[in-house]
Amino acid sequence: MKTRVFVTLKNGVLDPQGKAIHHALEGLGFTGVNDVRAGRLIEIDHEPGVSKADLEAMCSKLLANMVIENFEIEQAA
Amino acid sequence: MMKAAVIQFPGSNCDRDMAVAIRDVTGADTSMVWHRDSQLPTGLDLIAIPGGFSYGDYLRSGAMAARSPVMQAVVEAAGRGVPVLGVCNGFQILTEAGLLPGALMRNAGIRFVCRAVKLKVENSQSIFTSQYDADEEITIPVAHHDGNYFADDATLDQIEGDGRIAFRYAENVNGSARNIAGILNDAGNVLGMMPHPERMIEAVQGGSDGRRLFEGLIRELA
Repeated sequence: MKTRVFVTLKNGVLDPQGKAIHHALEGLGFTGVNDVRAGRLIEIDHEPGVSKADLEAMCSKLLANMVIENFEIEQAA
Repeated sequence: MMKAAVIQFPGSNCDRDMAVAIRDVTGADTSMVWHRDSQLPTGLDLIAIPGGFSYGDYLRSGAMAARSPVMQAVVEAAGRGVPVLGVCNGFQILTEAGLLPGALMRNAGIRFVCRAVKLKVENSQSIFTSQYDADEEITIPVAHHDGNYFADDATLDQIEGDGRIAFRYAENVNGSARNIAGILNDAGNVLGMMPHPERMIEAVQGGSDGRRLFEGLIRELA
């Protein structure tokens, strides 16, 4: 069973990497991009018995730093 | 005699510099402790967490190291009041381990910054900073990619109000909130700082402004 965890920076936390990507896109001539925020996708392959609560604990204890980041869990079929 | 331990993670690279600084300046009996050890030597007067790139800084700088067996022992020792000094990657590890508030993010200018910078001593009353004068300007090198200190405004107001900012950059080095270069925990026995005092302990290194941090520890702990 596969679960995808998306880790993103909280609103209001400055994202220098997203800014650099934004500048690079503009440098390539792409217009109309208002903002870019960079995050992280983590795929976890696990037994069906691993609960949502376990996955949330994995996120808050290690995968995301709750001071600066949020996470979203997407359980794939 | 003072007794100190320097924690070594795979990827630590300032561990020997730290041990030399502690030994040369304080004369402490200094041992190296491997990250898999779940116990620290007994009777420690100081635990130092050195700079480097622990576990390749995978996931986030310091994230893996903060969850290693030895860090549980460090957290427990810090709770008993044992002084803990974290420099650079050590500072990142201390925030990831929850011993210090906030987080260290990618430098605002994206680039790795490696140069001597001017710092202002904000708190000269702590066990780490008693040999400096308040508001004194000192020069200590930085070498980091993720030194951009972040905490929410309420946390920043609190640490500032409590006098827990030990050092501030005298210039904008990495985008750190309120130019924070080093902070203390609530009890004052844990200091995390991005600049490297262990790289400025004698003239041959270009300066010795880091030396007094270690000299202060002898006076406070001996």
